Amino acid sequence: MLLRARRKRVGERALQFSFFLCGALSLLTTFGIVAVLIFETVEFFAEVSLLEFLTDTQWTPLFAQKHFGILPLLSGTFLTSAIAILVAMPVGLVCAIYLSEFAPEPVRRKTKPVLEVLAGIPTVVYGYFALLFVTPLLQTFVPSLSGFNALAPGMVMGIMIIPLISSLSEDAMYAVPQSLREAAHALGASRLQVALRVVVPAAFSGIAAAFLLAVSRAIGETMIVAIAAGQQPRLTLNPLVPVETMTAYIVQVSLGDTPTGTLEYRTIFAVGTMLFFSTLILNLFSRSLRERIRERYE
Amino acid sequence: MRPQAAELYRMLTLRHWTERLFKIAAVATLVIVLATLAALLLNAVTDGAGRLSWQFLTSFPSRKPEEAGILAALVGTTYLMILTAVVAVPVGVGAAIYLEEYAKKGWFSRVVEVNIANLAGVPSIIYGLLGLELFVRAMGLDRSLLAGALTMALLVLPIIIIAGREALRAVPPSIREASYALGASRWQTIRYQVLSLAFPGILTGSILALSRAIGEAAPLITMGALTYIAFLPDGLLAPFTVLPIQIFNWVSRPQKGFFAAAAAGIIVLLVVLLLMNALAVYLRQRYQRRLYL
Repeated sequence: MLLRARRKRVGERALQFSFFLCGALSLLTTFGIVAVLIFETVEFFAEVSLLEFLTDTQWTPLFAQKHFGILPLLSGTFLTSAIAILVAMPVGLVCAIYLSEFAPEPVRRKTKPVLEVLAGIPTVVYGYFALLFVTPLLQTFVPSLSGFNALAPGMVMGIMIIPLISSLSEDAMYAVPQSLREAAHALGASRLQVALRVVVPAAFSGIAAAFLLAVSRAIGETMIVAIAAGQQPRLTLNPLVPVETMTAYIVQVSLGDTPTGTLEYRTIFAVGTMLFFSTLILNLFSRSLRERIRERYE
Repeated sequence: MRPQAAELYRMLTLRHWTERLFKIAAVATLVIVLATLAALLLNAVTDGAGRLSWQFLTSFPSRKPEEAGILAALVGTTYLMILTAVVAVPVGVGAAIYLEEYAKKGWFSRVVEVNIANLAGVPSIIYGLLGLELFVRAMGLDRSLLAGALTMALLVLPIIIIAGREALRAVPPSIREASYALGASRWQTIRYQVLSLAFPGILTGSILALSRAIGEAAPLITMGALTYIAFLPDGLLAPFTVLPIQIFNWVSRPQKGFFAAAAAGIIVLLVVLLLMNALAVYLRQRYQRRLYL
């Protein structure tokens, strides 16, 4: 009897330990990502100077005349992400204000899941849409638009990000205490005034968190830009010509058969490091902003 | 007094109309967004419907656009998702059980929690770089189905853990206390009470996490999955391709004929996604009814 109880106890301990290992695996994943990126990036910078990486205006690691300036990839990433945010931020915010402050409950309940569908569609599908529907459509208005460009994938990426912004901002607005709204109404404010001058400012850190997360998502988005933005690293802010983003470059190299261990192979890790740390910083900021509202109102 | 009243009246009317205008603009914005969604889906369906046929589903890719089929990608996606689930679901649920049922609220569980939230925000292509270096090169798995599944498992793990924790948290503490009161041990309580109540939530969460993974092309391309495969994977170490990679491959060809194949591939991918989501909804409803009656 006692023996069985002890055996049971040991079994329980073993189980608990294996569950602990499962939890610790997530730490190992992060550790693995950082280790892999840093290791290859250090090897990369043994051959290429940091100064060249950050200041050279050309990115041509796959050509005979090699240049390793990341600026063109950064400008491509910035351009497509900025266009995406310009589309997603106003639209997402208007949707959030309407759904949280004006829409009747049934409309709200039915609209939210439909908006979420946008976030669940595979990104290759968005890429197809950007290349073969949006670009030709835009070309009828802007004839100088090239077949690959930053504008169409940027806009389509914006549509993909709308549910992220609208649902996070709506959550933040929902968390604003009802008493603030009632106080403003008692002072004679209309619903729109309450929404724009009380609820939005009160939910500001939540909206800012949504913005940062959206930027991070846009920077890391891969397939839309790999399909529709072209693969020509170019230091420009012109949305009408082909560009290449950091993510699209990684895809481009991965598709070719670059031998492992070469400098060309290491470039994708150097670019990946840049990508990882910029999204990490944005995510951390976004998270700390969201925690701040939770502390304030709960 | 009178001019002031007129002024007030004008202000109120103006206010009334701005509010009206805002509402109309907001509804119009929503309608435009939903119309874009409809255009996106309709565009793929109209482009691809003509190309969709039994021959398309049962043929291998080809140099001739009209003969190209999606069999290798469809089978590859199926194998990859099953393997990913086999690896990721037990580990994810285990981690969720540890964090919800065992871990004390100390610095360690706090670190793990922040870490999981951050992992969920890492761009998927970064997981591809990790998979390339760790599974493909260091572990020598090459560009195989197994390497792909492990990469995908790491990608969906944070989502499964988050969903699993939510499902476990939804089980009322009174159930656990009742079980302890009857003399059950911790694991017995978890195994027979908590898990059986949380099961539908965990299942739905896992299916939804996998349906996220099924549309991912970037990490697999990065770890080196092939884009052109004219045979079926015959083992864990066989090379493979998946639906989104096949679609990407067809979209990036210069010949127009492949665009129709890409659109037909998109229809297949969307149908698979729809089926998975429907399954998740169905399972949730079915099990919930059984449990609470």
